[in-house]
Amino acid sequence: MSKTKARHMAAYTAFVAPAVLFFILIIVIPFFRAILFSFQDWNGISSHIRWAGWSNYTKLMHDSGFGKSFVFTFKYVIATTILLNVLGLLLALVLNMALRTKNVLRTAFFLPYVIGPVIIGFIWQFIITGLFPEIGKATGLALFQKNWLSLPDHSFWSLVIVTVWHSAGYFMVIYLAALQGVPKDLLEAAEMDGAGRYLRFWHVLLPLIRPAMTINLFLAISNGFKAFDLNFALTRGGPFGTTESLAYHIYLDAFAKNLFTYASAKAVVFFLVLASITLVQVAAMKRREVEL
Amino acid sequence: MKLAKQAPQLQQPAEQAGQAMQIKQATVKRANRTGAPYTPGMLILELLMIALAVAFFFPLYITFVNGLKTYQEVVVSTVSLPHVFQFKNFGTVWKQINFLGVFINSLIVTVVSVGGILLISSAAAYQLVRRPGRISQIIFLAILSSLVIPFQTMMVPLVKVAKDMGLIDTLYGLIIMYWGFGIPLALFLYHGFIKSIPRELEEAAHIDGSGTAGVYFRILLPLLKPITTTIAILQALWIWNDFLLPLITLNAKENQTIPLAASVYFGQYTNEWHLAMAALTMAIIPIILFFLSMQRYIIQGITAGAVKG
Repeated sequence: MSKTKARHMAAYTAFVAPAVLFFILIIVIPFFRAILFSFQDWNGISSHIRWAGWSNYTKLMHDSGFGKSFVFTFKYVIATTILLNVLGLLLALVLNMALRTKNVLRTAFFLPYVIGPVIIGFIWQFIITGLFPEIGKATGLALFQKNWLSLPDHSFWSLVIVTVWHSAGYFMVIYLAALQGVPKDLLEAAEMDGAGRYLRFWHVLLPLIRPAMTINLFLAISNGFKAFDLNFALTRGGPFGTTESLAYHIYLDAFAKNLFTYASAKAVVFFLVLASITLVQVAAMKRREVEL
Repeated sequence: MKLAKQAPQLQQPAEQAGQAMQIKQATVKRANRTGAPYTPGMLILELLMIALAVAFFFPLYITFVNGLKTYQEVVVSTVSLPHVFQFKNFGTVWKQINFLGVFINSLIVTVVSVGGILLISSAAAYQLVRRPGRISQIIFLAILSSLVIPFQTMMVPLVKVAKDMGLIDTLYGLIIMYWGFGIPLALFLYHGFIKSIPRELEEAAHIDGSGTAGVYFRILLPLLKPITTTIAILQALWIWNDFLLPLITLNAKENQTIPLAASVYFGQYTNEWHLAMAALTMAIIPIILFFLSMQRYIIQGITAGAVKG
């Protein structure tokens, strides 16, 4: 080996090795360990780890708590994905117009997003338990006189509302960026050809911002599936475990009940479901995107 | 298609968007200043949006105002203003959760984590792009594909692995974990950016006798500044606000970060709402100040990060 080639190799190794090292240490080892764990039986304390075969997986198929958290998470993902994208797009469309206060408004709608979801959850816990009854008393509206966090349906919608309040501005920003990239002459040309506002929106504007939609749907779906902080801070999974997200359910199994290996099996299933859904979604939508 | 149902709602703003496009096209800058094409419809829309923005801000108002009350005042009414501003709530919280300490922890963890992620990923991306080959390809794809693994899948064994290596309940352990989790996205964004940079400058520097490190520090890093800002902001927001990883890896009170420390007011038996709201106010203020001062970069960063990611 020549001297320069050896020097190149040394430089390559020195530059790439740290990334590879931390990647292996923090991601690869825990990930494969999770798969290994899922076929084992271990209480977290004893030095002996027993093989369990597929028993964790067969057990979780009959685990009603896990099933419930799956159903909750699916419902939550569907509701938040639709609302975040509709509201985000509406806000972006309006704030893309020549409103005088549009810069301030953009900032106002985006602001909640920079605050961490766990802090947001605590704020809304107070709003719902403190402010809502007050609104109920003042207006006589039955809706606000109920204790939202003790009723399953209300507590579900509490999570959805808070999620939308927290993240709508983020989706707005991405749609705004896409709208600003739409060439004006295309919309004008469509108008000259006699396309009304409705047609222009559905057949010109929407296809052109489809890449942003691909990203936003992906973000809404994967963030929705990974939801943890709000469930922890706002509802604690309650009432009666009806708002236990998959992430929170796995957390409780692992760290409150010390079921490390069983939780790992659930975590592996969680990974398979999330990875396949998002891959299918992105692949399906990429095919429908229009290249300018 | 779920979206089809929303058509009637979307239609109206679309109409107005169409109008706005024409207006903007005519005289983009002048229109805003003179307000010439500003129709009554636009004014109504603007007022509606302002009302919506005020409603959006209301939860934060409730937080701020109740942090300035006595406990009795909070119980009587959450909306009303306090008779006397209870600034001492902040002092109480400051002492109770050792706010300065946890603030410094959050700051150290965020700064060192982000700094490490930037350095490690840009260095790796540089060599992976400039020395392509099967090894580079495999390393890049392996790291990239880990982006689809949710954190919750790795978290259970991570705690065990970290414990075995002495990374549990220490700030440096937490930082190392953020390096691991932050590298994939950062590497991906740097990789795409470096590919678009022509290599002539680097080659010239090589001919002038610079080594890999010299080219990296003197030529490449300055060129990477825009994408570095983007990545730094994305990662800083995530790490500053993160709750789950500190929750499962930190125990000692002196190691806590802000989100963790603020959560003590929301245990099962505490409902000192006035102190809780003061604590949340204190937790929110730093990140809002950061956002307002860096607003332009944050919006740019999120847009760029999302489009690439």
